[in-house]
Amino acid sequence: MKAVRLLFLLLATLAAALPAAAVAPSGAAPDFTLRSMDGPNLRLQQQRGRVVLVNFWATWCGPCREEMPQLNKLYDKYRSSGFVLLGVNVDDDANKGMEVAHKLGVKFPVLLDTDKKVSKLYDLATMPSTVLIDREGRIRYVHRGYMAGYEDSYDKQIRELLKE
Amino acid sequence: MAPPACKGAVVAATSLWKRLAGLLGSLLAVGGAKAADLPPDETDAMVHVYDGGGVRASGPVLLVRKKLADRVSVSGQYYVDMVSNASIDVVTTASPYKETRNEFTLGADYAYRDSVLTVSGSSSREPDYTANTLNFDVTQEVFGGMTTVAMGFTRGSDKVRKHGDDTFQDTAHHWRYRLGATQILSPRWLMSANFEAVSDEGFLGSPYRVARVFGAAVPERNPRTRTSRAIKFRTIAEVTPGTAVRAEYRYFWDTWAIKAHTAEFGASRYVRQAWLVDGLLRFYSQQHALFYSDNAAAETAYVSRNRQLGTYKGVSLGGKVTYSMGKVQGRYDVKLSGVYERMRYRFSDFTDIRTGALYSYDANLLQLIVSATF
Amino acid sequence: MKTLKILSMLLLVAQLGACAMPQPWVKPYERERLADPILQFSRNSLADKHREHVFEVREGAHGATGVQGGGCGCN
Repeated sequence: MKAVRLLFLLLATLAAALPAAAVAPSGAAPDFTLRSMDGPNLRLQQQRGRVVLVNFWATWCGPCREEMPQLNKLYDKYRSSGFVLLGVNVDDDANKGMEVAHKLGVKFPVLLDTDKKVSKLYDLATMPSTVLIDREGRIRYVHRGYMAGYEDSYDKQIRELLKE
Repeated sequence: MAPPACKGAVVAATSLWKRLAGLLGSLLAVGGAKAADLPPDETDAMVHVYDGGGVRASGPVLLVRKKLADRVSVSGQYYVDMVSNASIDVVTTASPYKETRNEFTLGADYAYRDSVLTVSGSSSREPDYTANTLNFDVTQEVFGGMTTVAMGFTRGSDKVRKHGDDTFQDTAHHWRYRLGATQILSPRWLMSANFEAVSDEGFLGSPYRVARVFGAAVPERNPRTRTSRAIKFRTIAEVTPGTAVRAEYRYFWDTWAIKAHTAEFGASRYVRQAWLVDGLLRFYSQQHALFYSDNAAAETAYVSRNRQLGTYKGVSLGGKVTYSMGKVQGRYDVKLSGVYERMRYRFSDFTDIRTGALYSYDANLLQLIVSATF
Repeated sequence: MKTLKILSMLLLVAQLGACAMPQPWVKPYERERLADPILQFSRNSLADKHREHVFEVREGAHGATGVQGGGCGCN
């Protein structure tokens, strides 16, 4: 029995050495400047005072494409209340990202992170990743992946952050 | 960013359970809200034709897969094999025949966190053979999604009958255990290792096949158990943008003393926007079963002249062309594929009794597939 | 007893090794090529399963045909 316990502990040690979670909530959101699809650069710090949702996506990621219409809806709903939605595309070929964004009818600004600098900065743990940042530039919620229904929690959290 | 377990490892804990709890805690934190991806919804239709060695088998196959709830995907498949058999065995010891085999398969996949659990069952029916199987598979993503570990179990149960002999009825049972791992080595390179152990018990031969002892035909006598193992290594890599190569090797060995090597090499390349072309080359070589003989010169407990158990080499060359039609009606991603493979088998210890020469045959395999994912 | 000793040593090594354990070196946002059909071991289950069946019926060897892995790694 002692051998079995030891073996279990050994396996647990090895498994626990796996990487920890991504950017921890309630830390300051790392600042970045990226070129947007329409041309001009966009800096995160300029959005201080507004609630920001940053969604990291790629054309090769099915759940990312599924999520787009929902993000569009949220953008339409809250954009006039001090809410900003930034899509960060991580495709190797920015043109592919722009093409798919147009096809999906994306209304919010899409930033291009071709060299993955911002993805590394935010230490993304999955694709897609959605980060909610409050008016003071602090990360409040991190969502990993996308499944149908996640947009409801995004909605709730945006409303909560807008009230602050 | 140092793993959280690192600090804990150096600090000595007082009790075993405290340590365990701490480590389990960090393990669960790593799991998070991640959920494995289920296969996409799809509908596939295929027509297959095999023609070689006097056997012609063809038929349609239909597959439908649909996501139900968020984490469940169900699938159903119907497979038909219309066989016209005038193989060397049949032609030299009996008369050519035609029969149809139908196979139904139902499966369900359930995604839980980083794992996918699959349960499936299939039933195959031909006039003189019924085979039912039940499969359980679990795949688990670990190490940041870079490693996929899989385990599987299959249980099969067969009923064997014989045309023209209502008194003959027997059964066969099969157990298969699978273990495998796929490892991502770089953003353009994968490798995998798979192991499978198979246990068969019951009637493992053919009620029609005869063996030859001292030149005379006798009904074959096979052992009623067989245990086999197979291990396969595969790798696939994108060598230049749009071109990938792959290689695989499998070693098989069993308690009937058969040893077989299989090696396959393939290359895939995108041509223009919507076309994908594949080429493949396959080699197979096998050493005969202990009790196999073309013409046994001794009386043994077991004897078989089943050429499948003999010593032979096989080579095949094939190609595949896939055309992506893109989004049809805005929702369905349709792909059309055509596969052709030419195989050649040369036997070292099986003769064509009509000529006395060593037997060999060529075969053609053709598959036409339409696949729609949504 | 020998097993216990070996396991204890392995545990010690693992606990220290855990500090130096390699981190996944392919990040989720670097899996673009891995999501491409060209880097899948099996692209179409119908065609691949049928082909395996053709060989299994005619050859003595069977099994270890494989498990899927790699791919997009999304969700």
